[in-house]
Amino acid sequence: MSTELIVVLLVAPLVGFLINGLFGKWLKGNEKLSGWIGALAVLVSLVCSIIAFTSLNSGAAPLDETLYEWITGESFAFNIGFRVDALTAVMLLVITGVGFLIHVYSIGYMHGDEGYTRYFAYLNLFVFAMLILVLGNNYLMMFVGWEGVGLCSYLLIGFWYDKQSATDAGKKAFIVNRIGDFGFLLGMFTLFAAFGTLDFGTIFDAAEADNFQKVFGASTLVIATLLLFVGAIGKSAQIPLYVWLPDAMEGPTPVSALIHAATMVTAGVYMIARSAVLYEIAHTGQVVAWIGVLTAFFAATIALTQNDIKRILAYSTVSQLGYMFVGVGVGAYASGVFHLVTHAFFKGLMFLTAGSVMHAMANELDMRKMGGLKSKMPITHWTFLVGALAIAGFPFLSGFWSKDEILHSAWGSSPIIYGIGLVTAFLTAFYMFRLIFVTFYGESRVESNVASHLHESPPVMWVPLAILAIPSALIGLLLGWGGHDSWFHHFTKNVFPEAHHDASGNVILFMVISSVIGLAGIAFAWTRYSKRAPSDEPTGAIQRLLANKYYVDEIYNTLIVQPIKNGSHFLLWKLVDNGVIDGIVNGVAALIRFIGGLLRRLQTGLVQAYIISMVLGIVLFLAYYLFFT
Amino acid sequence: MLLSIVIFLPLLGVIAIALLRGFGATAVKGVALVIGLLTFVISLGLYTGFNADTATFQQVTLKPWIPGLGTSYHIGIDGISLWLVLLTTFLTPICILAAWNSIEKGLSGFMMSLLALETGMLGVFCSLDLFLFFVFWESMLIPMYFLIGIWGGERRIYATIKFVLYTMAGSALMLVGILALYFQNDNSFDLTTLSGPFEHSNLLFLAFFIAFAIKVPLFPFHTWLPDAHVEAPTVGSVILAGVLLKMGTYGIVRFCLPLFPDAADKYTPLIVTLAVIGIIYGALVAMVQPDLKKLVAYSSVSHLGFVVLGLFSKSSAGIQGSVLQMVNHGLSTGALFLLVGMIYERRHSRMIVDFGGLSKRMPIFAVFFMIVTLSSIGLPGLNGFVGEYMILLGSFVQGAFSKVHVVFATAGVILAAVYMLWMFQRVMFGTLDKTNEGLPDLNAREVVVLLPILLFIVWIGVYPKTFLSKIEKSVEVVVTKVQAEPSMGHLKNQGTQDSRFALRETQRTQHEKIEKEAQ
Repeated sequence: MSTELIVVLLVAPLVGFLINGLFGKWLKGNEKLSGWIGALAVLVSLVCSIIAFTSLNSGAAPLDETLYEWITGESFAFNIGFRVDALTAVMLLVITGVGFLIHVYSIGYMHGDEGYTRYFAYLNLFVFAMLILVLGNNYLMMFVGWEGVGLCSYLLIGFWYDKQSATDAGKKAFIVNRIGDFGFLLGMFTLFAAFGTLDFGTIFDAAEADNFQKVFGASTLVIATLLLFVGAIGKSAQIPLYVWLPDAMEGPTPVSALIHAATMVTAGVYMIARSAVLYEIAHTGQVVAWIGVLTAFFAATIALTQNDIKRILAYSTVSQLGYMFVGVGVGAYASGVFHLVTHAFFKGLMFLTAGSVMHAMANELDMRKMGGLKSKMPITHWTFLVGALAIAGFPFLSGFWSKDEILHSAWGSSPIIYGIGLVTAFLTAFYMFRLIFVTFYGESRVESNVASHLHESPPVMWVPLAILAIPSALIGLLLGWGGHDSWFHHFTKNVFPEAHHDASGNVILFMVISSVIGLAGIAFAWTRYSKRAPSDEPTGAIQRLLANKYYVDEIYNTLIVQPIKNGSHFLLWKLVDNGVIDGIVNGVAALIRFIGGLLRRLQTGLVQAYIISMVLGIVLFLAYYLFFT
Repeated sequence: MLLSIVIFLPLLGVIAIALLRGFGATAVKGVALVIGLLTFVISLGLYTGFNADTATFQQVTLKPWIPGLGTSYHIGIDGISLWLVLLTTFLTPICILAAWNSIEKGLSGFMMSLLALETGMLGVFCSLDLFLFFVFWESMLIPMYFLIGIWGGERRIYATIKFVLYTMAGSALMLVGILALYFQNDNSFDLTTLSGPFEHSNLLFLAFFIAFAIKVPLFPFHTWLPDAHVEAPTVGSVILAGVLLKMGTYGIVRFCLPLFPDAADKYTPLIVTLAVIGIIYGALVAMVQPDLKKLVAYSSVSHLGFVVLGLFSKSSAGIQGSVLQMVNHGLSTGALFLLVGMIYERRHSRMIVDFGGLSKRMPIFAVFFMIVTLSSIGLPGLNGFVGEYMILLGSFVQGAFSKVHVVFATAGVILAAVYMLWMFQRVMFGTLDKTNEGLPDLNAREVVVLLPILLFIVWIGVYPKTFLSKIEKSVEVVVTKVQAEPSMGHLKNQGTQDSRFALRETQRTQHEKIEKEAQ
């Protein structure tokens, strides 16, 4: 593995972006070419990633190299540099692997769209930024990628920019993420103040040094890790900053699959896994785990009552990200990242199948208007089923392995977290199969004009689905067999601190409990939705609360957005700026004018008046000299 | 000599244009553009001839001017003024080209004002004599007064008088300050021979600082700015935001900090608080503006709050960041005003509600606008991020004020995204209004106007070393001067640095131990 390889890996999507971005006008007539340029760029990165991975897997040393000096001075140095170790390699494979398939799928999905070349330019730019995020060997470079993916997310959510809801959603995503970035920035400053650098290697070594606590006190790392976690909360859509992700579904569906399920939203998990050393020392993992498990549960309850396919998947993503945070929070870093990998495949798959359904249904997303699609779209149905079984924790499918590892580790940390996680697993299985039964089974409720051309998607779309279905089903088994002794744990063991959690208890028992819970959820969904669609109106207070997503958006709007807007308009602008400050400024001017007006009266032009004032003056002077000196 | 040519060449252009009466508009514009470009090309010689290894002034000319008064024609540049000089010579020809078709009456007067203004601005950045500095400082007002007062909008007279009086109020104070320094400096105005401590340094500091704070403008001295911007013609706004505001921050780093370090220490908490208020306040007020130009004007209040914060962090990173951010703001905000001007020329409106969906009709414009917006938001990879990041980092790590200031300043980064993206959405996205359907996309001239700015926006973002390496040494001098007098904060920093050093030591021994064991 050489630096050149990594440079090629990184730059290929950038080249793709530049070609499609700059010459898009000329490529417009030939959209296939434009799409394949985009896909090819990612393929190059994929090949490079595989080479890097195999060389690491065969025992090569991790790469840690500085490419060039970016922002430097005598007292600070921020460089552009790479770090490629097992964790990076895993992320690289996910990004470029899933990324490549989604590029290919998009060639078919985006067919005929006006902004075809623009779409592929953005998508390539996203891959480039995501690669920067995981390749950087310091926090600042991670931040560069972090902001870069945020930008692409913004651009792609609002891709259909004449749609108000789409651009609203894009803006919301960017701003909510910025709130997280605020924490990330302050976290970086705190780290720099303590360590004088932001390089991973130096910071981790120094933090582990014995005298660190003596010099800086324990609080420095506690503050720094919590601030970094604020960044993760924003990017990975956790409570209380998750609100942007469901809205992000306004973007094209392949974007939802790539950015808002498989890769970008997992950046927060990556960040904490990367900073594992710091979280271990600071003991702030508990906070991470609690936020994670509460988000997992909270989002799952919302997913129970939604009827929009993509929104269900979005809340499911929020919920699954919560599981990942539980994993990295309780110190099971490898398990958290393992779930990140399996989730990337099965959730990516489910989004793409949802896209396939939309494609056939003229962009319909409300599953109450579907039903019985199984016979019309068999491949879509079977691939979705694989994804749903995987996420529900069906025995031996991917989610089963990774989720079980997390729950098992959580038990060692806190039985309450384990309990909430288990309940969430039940809810997950339930809402996923509610979606399946309502969409693909039962009687068709498809409107007649749509029903007539209901069809399976073209090969360029279903082939990536079929390919993705294989790892979605099997990757857990392949990488995760053996639990904490699995291949995945061995591969990543050098990047994470020694597991300290108590992995006691009967592994098989945990697996059985998880499986039973998952199957129970499926069965419960079967009893309720195999025959009938959800009713149009939510019944009862709790259902209404869930269907309205706990009114969180409304609460934020009333308590935060509107007061800031109105306060800025009426209080700051009208009152302070125009009223007080300009009032004083203009008041001073008016006062001077007024005094001038008074003094003007002295200039009467009458000689007598001047003589009188002259005489008066002389008298005053004389009086002064006579009496006071 | 080279520097004198750069400063006075535009004035030569003024004379040339005056002589061209009757030769038609194209001749006037052509001469102005040629002079502008020539000045820029010659000024590049300042860059190539610049020695980054020294902090002493370069390209120095020292000639007696009015010996009886103790004033001389003393000019020179260091790493701080170099970039402001180049920014000025860079933006002027761009402005001339931008105004190509938009000035209908009094074209030659307009071009003459613009070029005279350039000489004034360059003089301010290069003067090493306080008297000379003051002359240039005041002389700049006159062409600017004309630019707004003659070629401005409806309320131009109110705006231009407000602008001039505000500045004059400040400069009156500064004049007193300059005279006080003169008498304490053996009746000489020479900046390079000035060395403190001065008597009444607190008052002197304030006299200078208020003059500069008005120019910056620092909250609450900012209310002249929105009016001036809204009424000024596009080019006036570009120069105003791009260069004139930088005179304030330049004055702070050139005079206030190095000459009166004690007073600067004393007033730091107050000034930094005002700067942070400006960051948040400017952003919030910008957010609710219905007028594009006002929005950008208030955003300047916010952005320059960052610059002042960085300067008073008295740290190397913070001040370097501030100097770079002066250039960044000149480029980004200059470009924003150009862009707003371009749609104003098409639609004769600056009201946000009149737009929407422009991306459809004007895709090239959309790309430029997007990139400049992102630069203003401070997206990594573009120029704004580098400056803001250095400012915040320097303030957080070394600033002799509470971290709460930096926390609030960092929150300003969130607000920047709010007001810029909301504006962008309302102007560029959504459905296209019927009245806007006929708007043409950018033409070649407009692309030529914007492209060079974009080049530097990306360049500074990706490889700021080109710029920072030249700034560094000169900033170090300022830093040593402000930190010469030990203050509480300074001592505290020293402590951290020592302990950090100690930590590195133990790390090194540990590494050695580990290596030994490995062997």
